[in-house]
Amino acid sequence: MDINPARISVENLNFYYGNKQALKNINLNIFEKKVTAIIGPSGCGKSTFIRLLNRMNDLVPGGRVEGSILLDGSDINAPEADVVDIRRRVGMVFQKPNPFAKSISQNISYGLELEGSRKKDFIERKIEESLKKAALWEEVKDRLDESALGLSGGQQQRLCIARCLAVEPEVILFDEPCASLDPISTKKIEELILELKKDYTIIIVTHNMQQAARVSDYTAFMYLGELVEFGHTEKVFTVPKEKRTEEYLSGKFG
Amino acid sequence: MSRLKEKIYRWLFTALAFSSLLFLVGIMAVLFKEGLPVFKEVSPANFIFGKSWYPTYSVPEFGILPLILASLWVTAGAVAVSVPLGIGSALYIHELAGKKQKAVLKPLIEMLAAIPSIVFGFFGMVVVAPFLQKVFAIPTGLCGLTASVVLGIMAIPTVSSLADDALGFVPRSFKEASYALGANRWQTLYKVVIPAAGSGISTAIILGMSRIVGETMTVLMVSGGAAVMPSSFLQPMRPLTSTIAAEMGEAAMGGTHYHALFAIGLVLFLITLVFNVAAEVISRRYRIKLGLNR
Ligand SMILES: Nc1ncnc2c1ncn2[C@@H]1O[C@H](COP(=O)(O)OP(=O)(O)OP(=O)(O)O)[C@@H](O)[C@H]1O
Ligand SMILES: [Mg+2]
Repeated sequence: MDINPARISVENLNFYYGNKQALKNINLNIFEKKVTAIIGPSGCGKSTFIRLLNRMNDLVPGGRVEGSILLDGSDINAPEADVVDIRRRVGMVFQKPNPFAKSISQNISYGLELEGSRKKDFIERKIEESLKKAALWEEVKDRLDESALGLSGGQQQRLCIARCLAVEPEVILFDEPCASLDPISTKKIEELILELKKDYTIIIVTHNMQQAARVSDYTAFMYLGELVEFGHTEKVFTVPKEKRTEEYLSGKFG
Repeated sequence: MSRLKEKIYRWLFTALAFSSLLFLVGIMAVLFKEGLPVFKEVSPANFIFGKSWYPTYSVPEFGILPLILASLWVTAGAVAVSVPLGIGSALYIHELAGKKQKAVLKPLIEMLAAIPSIVFGFFGMVVVAPFLQKVFAIPTGLCGLTASVVLGIMAIPTVSSLADDALGFVPRSFKEASYALGANRWQTLYKVVIPAAGSGISTAIILGMSRIVGETMTVLMVSGGAAVMPSSFLQPMRPLTSTIAAEMGEAAMGGTHYHALFAIGLVLFLITLVFNVAAEVISRRYRIKLGLNR
């Protein structure tokens, strides 16, 4: 049934903010070159979960992880794991577009320069390539040196996606990427995600059920820090196994 | 009834808000009225660029260039002290210090600002001056360098707390974006946080400078007071403020000397005005740049 191998395996994952347990015994596989949607009511731990996948929660004071997250079989929280390497392989696009207060091209070259790339033509090629992949090139190719903050919200978000693509991740985490965008920009981002699926493994948190249904192959439903249901999207949406999933999808709570 | 009350409150607060404007206008009026008459005796060019300040000689000379230069030298030296220390401590407090260290350090630095300037003056006279005198083997420790060091220390809280605010304005999302691209703490600090806080940090520096230029008591006590063209930090100097403070008592009211001192006040006022306007312009640009004004 699952032809693609699991890229990420999450096993018995718990996470605590200080004494407060935010994730309870999560077990799930993220499959290669598929889109996995994470849905659930506000505060159920969706962001907490995906931020663990690229160790962004390292930055949270008092945060504590139990269990394992295997990326291609090796635990990303192991002492010998290289957090920089993990964050490069698992890129992230945030809820609110957050381009740097730099030019459009500098936003993309930033990640490349971090890894020590200095070659001008290489960087220029990467800028063009990633902007094209993020379906933004045509709109910005004549203003690459202008500030990224002058772009519209939807363009900014695509720039953030381009910035993420430039460092060649294998997995991309989207945390409600369309939450602050209008319907047209949202549609563009959705089309982009379907396009990116060919090359990348994608995880997307969304509050929009239609969006989850449109873009994802797998859906995980979380509730109060637990993973209630996980499966093929059409199954979860049409014949959910759990009563809570059904109630959430039919708008009974959340 | 409540309508009337509201009206009265409105009126009262409007009056209070505008009273400071009134004071500003009043002070400026006095400065101009008492300062401008000096130009009947000395041309503005000779006043500003004249190299000799001998207000009490039988043939007095009113050239304030040595005083202006002394102020600039002392300020430049003080900036060289306060900027690295102030910004360094802001970066430390903001980025590296744990919660506990922060809770101790921030109030401690701000306490520096609560020390009366005369105490800094004593500190300069008793500690810094003798020390520098010994180190550089100079005839007196009361010199430009001593003033710079003491003023620099005095300006640390201004620079540090404003720079800390500027760092705090940098959206957390910038940092997260940087970390998510695989940057470490230092790369994030140098390439994202500091540039984004850049204009805020410049504002901190400028306001620190404006504090230094206007400081009087300390300068009077430690700068040595010689109104000669400065050529070395190790030489006694007489900046603008201390000139006014030292000579106001002896200048005959209504005389040229008296008017000249007010004109010095005017020059000082203009210098600090320029600093403050520059700081305001920069910080406004910076808020727009970060999209905080939307
Ligand atoms: N830094 C933090 N410190 C303490 N508690 C936190 C922190 N971040 C999140 N939490 C708590 O952890 C729980 C899960 O939060 P999380 O942000 O993961 O939810 P979410 O599902 O992403 O919600 P939303 O849909 O509103 O974004 C919430 O109860 C939240 O209050
Ligand atoms: Mg969230």
